[in-house]
Amino acid sequence: MVELLQYSFGGITVGFIYALVGLGFTVIYNSSKIINFSQGEFVMIGGMAAVFLSYAKFPFVLAFPLAVMLASLLGYMLFKLVSMSQNSSVTSLIILTLGYSIFVRGASQVGFDKQMHTLPAFISDTPISIFGATITPQAILVIVVSLCIVFALYYMFNKTKLGKAMLATADNKDAAKLVGISVKKILIMNFMISSAIAAIGGIVLTPITSTNYEIGVILGLKGFCAAIIGGIGNPFGAVFGGVLLGILESFVAGYLSSEYKDAVAFIVLLLILFFFPGGLFGAKKSSRV
Amino acid sequence: MTKTSKVLLGLLAMGFSLTAYAKENIKIGALVAATGPASFLGDPELKTLEMYIEKINAAGGVMGKNIELIAYDTGANPKKATTFVKRLISQDKVVAILGGSASGETMAILPFIKKAKIPLVSMAGSIKIVKPAKKFVFKTPATDRMACEKIFEYLKKKSKTNVALISGNGGFGKSMRAQCKEVAPAFGVKIVADETYGPKDTDMTPQLTKIKSMTNVDAVVNPGFGQGPAIVTKNFKQLGMKQTLVQSHGVASKKFIELTGNASEGVIVASPPVVVAALLKDSNPIKQIALDYINDYETKYNAPVSTFGGYAYDALNLVVNAMKEANSTDPKAIRDAIESTTSYVGLNGIYKMSKNDHLGLDIDSSIKMLVIKNKDWQLAK
Amino acid sequence: MGNKGLFLDRGIVTTIIILSVIPFLLQNSFHYEIAIMCMLNAVICIGLNMLVGYTGQISLGHGAFAGLGAYVAVILSTTYEFDPVLSILVACIVLALIAFIVSKPILKLEGHYLAMGTLAVGIIISIVLNNEDGFTGGPDGMGVSEFNILGYVFENDIQWYVLSAIFLVFSIWALQNVINSPFGRILRCIRDSETAAKAIGADVPYYKTYVFVISVVIATAAGSLYSYYTGFISPEESGFMRSIELVVMIVFGGLGRVYGAVFGAIIITALPQFLTFLHDYEHMVFGAIIIFVMIFMPKGIVSIFDVLKVSKDKK
Repeated sequence: MVELLQYSFGGITVGFIYALVGLGFTVIYNSSKIINFSQGEFVMIGGMAAVFLSYAKFPFVLAFPLAVMLASLLGYMLFKLVSMSQNSSVTSLIILTLGYSIFVRGASQVGFDKQMHTLPAFISDTPISIFGATITPQAILVIVVSLCIVFALYYMFNKTKLGKAMLATADNKDAAKLVGISVKKILIMNFMISSAIAAIGGIVLTPITSTNYEIGVILGLKGFCAAIIGGIGNPFGAVFGGVLLGILESFVAGYLSSEYKDAVAFIVLLLILFFFPGGLFGAKKSSRV
Repeated sequence: MTKTSKVLLGLLAMGFSLTAYAKENIKIGALVAATGPASFLGDPELKTLEMYIEKINAAGGVMGKNIELIAYDTGANPKKATTFVKRLISQDKVVAILGGSASGETMAILPFIKKAKIPLVSMAGSIKIVKPAKKFVFKTPATDRMACEKIFEYLKKKSKTNVALISGNGGFGKSMRAQCKEVAPAFGVKIVADETYGPKDTDMTPQLTKIKSMTNVDAVVNPGFGQGPAIVTKNFKQLGMKQTLVQSHGVASKKFIELTGNASEGVIVASPPVVVAALLKDSNPIKQIALDYINDYETKYNAPVSTFGGYAYDALNLVVNAMKEANSTDPKAIRDAIESTTSYVGLNGIYKMSKNDHLGLDIDSSIKMLVIKNKDWQLAK
Repeated sequence: MGNKGLFLDRGIVTTIIILSVIPFLLQNSFHYEIAIMCMLNAVICIGLNMLVGYTGQISLGHGAFAGLGAYVAVILSTTYEFDPVLSILVACIVLALIAFIVSKPILKLEGHYLAMGTLAVGIIISIVLNNEDGFTGGPDGMGVSEFNILGYVFENDIQWYVLSAIFLVFSIWALQNVINSPFGRILRCIRDSETAAKAIGADVPYYKTYVFVISVVIATAAGSLYSYYTGFISPEESGFMRSIELVVMIVFGGLGRVYGAVFGAIIITALPQFLTFLHDYEHMVFGAIIIFVMIFMPKGIVSIFDVLKVSKDKK
């Protein structure tokens, strides 16, 4: 019983990280129908920038927002590149975002370095024991921060004018333009929000996992799985998908085989794609000829 | 002579003198994993090579000539390694090659080394590189097998013979895991659990929880390198596990202590001597060399030394010493001289090569058992 | 075009001439390695292009199939001492079966979902290859037996060059025949509008599966040859990055263009060798080049020739 609880704690912590990455995918996809393969790199930039700013003697209170701003800037840059490209076929855009991820990783190698780095736990190191299973304060922080972001997004999309404008743009760009919404500004904001979310996730994650210029690759892939499992386009779906994925991975490692833990994310993804094509919470699609 | 032909002749002469000048350099090739999943191996290795070749050249070079380092980044990808080794051999025409950083890429290039008859000094861990001994192939790190033997020798001494393994499933972790399982019986060690994790995994609490729930585990041994062992260590502490945790030489660096923070307290680490230079006996010839290396590296690069840079240092010096000894830059002569190294005091031990032993290290001098106390090293008793 | 396909057209003749001249420019073993790698990658890309460029089915897992196919062939001839050519044939059959089975559910997906689905299949395959070290030698890879055809051993660069060149020319020729045939027209119809293709009565799933299987078989053959040539195989051959590399090659070169795949393969294979002087900056520059081409030459490098042709026609 204790084991079950412990596996769950581990799984939920990791799951919320996947959720944040997946959420970032969803925000961009909703507004521009683009799958951003470089999403994971924003997670990496958040952590690495925060670390290097702290090495440069910036107090954490400053380093945190600065790192997030750097990631947002890179998100803006991506938007500019995407809007410059005339070919909007799925394949082209995938390659473009992949090229961008290679570029950002390469820049990180040079601008930061190739070593591993960590941040001290924000609150404390001492694990908290709940019914015999333990969880670290940092992990709880990850969960809390992620939930805050989710609710903030929910509030924005549903209760603010800006958020409604974003939803309108995602639904039908031309109609949105007709009612006076500046589609370009909305898209820019979406890209920047998406990268900011990823960066925040990256920073709170660093004390748990350490960071280095390569962590974005696998996180991006798994976050993407989370988004699709939940139903790409649905923010709550992304969160649910992420947590589900984290827990499944944990259970497989604990009860079955730790060797194939990595395969879990992709096997579940395939099952969802085959049996629930729109994701667990996604909408049905129809297509025009 | 026409003006044109004078110019042409002049250019030709310049060309000849340039190539003649180029011939003055001794070319040594290097294959390092400067980027990719093993970059924290290749990065310090490359930095060490660059730093020391610069030093050697500043002091007059070898036999009056400068050493030119031609290094390629393989990303620990065996396919890239085979391409670059061909480039080093047939285009750059190097006289010796240092590398690869990882075992996979080293094994991949062996057929080309054999064919080209150029000496290779590898910086990778697997025992397969030198057993069976291959004529032109040497290596500087202690083998993964030796690390297992040292660890089990220590655990046997402490009567902690029920061992749970948790290994990274990259090349290094997998290989060391296999070696540990093979040598365990010889030390009376019983492997009671055999968990693994992926090199990029961020949470090992499931695997450790399984181990925690077993009643007969004395010690947990973690073959692997990179962020994995750091996470294992932190998870270990988080779960409140009381067994002895032993890390491999893959993490012997202050960086590991930095990454694990308080969780590092009491962790046992198998390590080459360079990392704990200050703790070695004064009578140990390695001590001074190691202290100098630490000083040089940390001053120039502002980062803690790792064992990996040490492997590169020893590889380079084996080759350079061989050149001086043989008074020649002929690859075959270099190879012969490396093989007849009877006592090179390196950062990783004292090397004594022979026809059948192309590593030349013994367990006692080349691996130390350390314990981390107050975020610093101590020799484990 | 008007060719009935059995004739050699200008493009193929030019290719044969160029391939015959190149060996005189290659000065050492390293140059040959690059040339051979380019050619074998080009073959894989021709197959992939048929799937992605002509039929419009994105696959981000192609590297895994190529790698798996190569592993099957190599394990058969190294561990079980089968004849190498037989090993490749068996590998092609095995992979054809696997591709057939996988294609049934996978090719029902579209667009991004297909991309993710193929990506997932690819990663699962490469995880299996990495873990099952009893068969595959694990993450450190394994050495590969020599390659011979009916006893004639391929052990020097010229022999491999000729073999690869023949394979490449054959692949180009075969692709052109397919593209210009009624079969090829239906493929392009599927790419442009699947619904329309269904409307005219084409059995779309049949065509998609057919092309998928063929592209996997081609990749198996070329991938196996490459492993025999280098004498080594490792799970990196089947990894995510390899799959991405292949897609970058065909998009970079020009999707849906016969020579697009070839140019793309050549450039992406050879380019890193020219960028080594950049050391740490190599990846940044590589990423920047991809971005640049995707933005300014969305139809691929091959589109340069279109521009030249148009200005020539104007004269």
